Amino acid sequence: MIRLEGITKQYKNTTAVHDISLTIGKGEIFGIIGYSGAGKSTLVRCLNLLERPTKGKIFVGGEEITALSDRDIRKKRQEIGMIFQHFHLISAKTVFDNVAFSLKAAGIPKEERNARVPELLEMVGLADKAKAYPAQLSGGQKQRVAIARALANNPKVLLCDEATSALDPTTTDAILQLLKEINRTLGITIVLITHEMEVVQKICDRVAVMEAGKIVELGTVYDVFSGPEHPLTKEFVQSVHSFSLPERLLESRKGTIAKITFKGDSAESPIISETLAKFSITINILHGQITYINDKPLGTLIIEAIGSRQEIEAAIRFIAARTKQLEVLADVA
Amino acid sequence: MLLDLVNEFGKAFLETFWMMSIAVLFAVLVGVPLGIALFVTREGMFFENRFVQQVAGTIVNIIRSIPFIILLVVLIPFTKLILGTSMGPTAASVSLTVAAIPFYARLVEASLREIDRGVIEAAESCGASPWLIMKDVLLPEAKPGMIAGLTVTIISLLSYSAMAGIVGGGGIGDLAIRFGYYRFQNDVMLITVIILIILVQLIQFIGDRLAKAASKK
Repeated sequence: MIRLEGITKQYKNTTAVHDISLTIGKGEIFGIIGYSGAGKSTLVRCLNLLERPTKGKIFVGGEEITALSDRDIRKKRQEIGMIFQHFHLISAKTVFDNVAFSLKAAGIPKEERNARVPELLEMVGLADKAKAYPAQLSGGQKQRVAIARALANNPKVLLCDEATSALDPTTTDAILQLLKEINRTLGITIVLITHEMEVVQKICDRVAVMEAGKIVELGTVYDVFSGPEHPLTKEFVQSVHSFSLPERLLESRKGTIAKITFKGDSAESPIISETLAKFSITINILHGQITYINDKPLGTLIIEAIGSRQEIEAAIRFIAARTKQLEVLADVA
Repeated sequence: MLLDLVNEFGKAFLETFWMMSIAVLFAVLVGVPLGIALFVTREGMFFENRFVQQVAGTIVNIIRSIPFIILLVVLIPFTKLILGTSMGPTAASVSLTVAAIPFYARLVEASLREIDRGVIEAAESCGASPWLIMKDVLLPEAKPGMIAGLTVTIISLLSYSAMAGIVGGGGIGDLAIRFGYYRFQNDVMLITVIILIILVQLIQFIGDRLAKAASKK
């Protein structure tokens, strides 16, 4: 659906985006995560040419948008909706007119606009707010209006520039839910940029981690969460998935402490029971958590294995072979 | 005698009202498009154009830097050229108009600059043409600021119009000078000043009300 070839965006003294090539599939929810200044905002703004890349080509729906004239870009933008962190609604216009604006931009005649706007407001759950002005709405409601406006011309792609960053957690969840629904029912490809790993975990299929204008890691959300490689990715994963044991536990331990990560099938098989049956050790569970990412389980368990040194080492080798991810945090004294 | 004075006041008011109406009309008709032009040719805007921006900006600055009393005198030949005379309120309205247009254009530009850049970008991301953005985003969003700016312009014009009396333009200022200054009728001077104060208060009050009604923030 979207293909980037060697996209570079340079400002006078800085390079915001550095030679990024990327393909985003149709119907995918693709996340781009990074701290502010990483260039993710610039990158997403290149996708509808709000920002013109200095170098490289961008294809949307098979058409090279970087080769289009200004007039054709405006037409193409009707296929690419966009929502923003601060909503950016026209404050002097009602909710109805804000949504109708998008249709007006596409040259839709008035009667059709009047029929289409209520449908859109219905879809985002704001049918009763048509006559309100943006200042009378809450943040979540404003973002819903912005979503209705972005979807007015049946776009194929929806770009979300930190769309939930100005919202409280409950509202964030509701908006993410709405985006997921839009993705599923209308088949719209969503490109979402954020600095919150939770947002990625909740709705993205794939994620790219950006730092200093480059993509440092890219993969399915599940893979990135279960086996982050780049230090920055690890930091993001830890932000939602952190295990810190109290000092006291590490000091008073009697055996070896290990962190086991279970992925996919291994998360559902009884490895601990098997280990206990095979080796003469006792296992003390210190911490455990299973999260579901795109309906696949990802488990983390911190255990303390107590017994003879030989048995512990054999048991740990056994577990490591079965789960492929085992990290010894503190060895037996 | 008293009746004469009342008549004089009435005539002076009509003259002031006449010259200001012309100036305000042109300030809006020319100043608004000029203000928009100054804004949309700025760096990063859709009609970015350094040349237009600098030429228009410089002309506006030059006119604005000339004290009105000098502008009045300098424009006498120009007024004669287009109206055939340099006397009377219509003639005075020429220099008032020349002063009002750049004054208001800058205020229009300033109120456009107050608009969040993101709102304009969001409109662009909808695929809207520059024309539609000007009509449906820039003008409605800047409307309260433009009304406030027009209030300031009208009040400034009122004080400028008083100077028009010096070059035979008529109006309230003329009255105050002829009776109050040359004939030492301090009461006339005083009444004129009081009326001007009331007028300014009234204009400001109405302007504030209208600006508030236009703002949906």
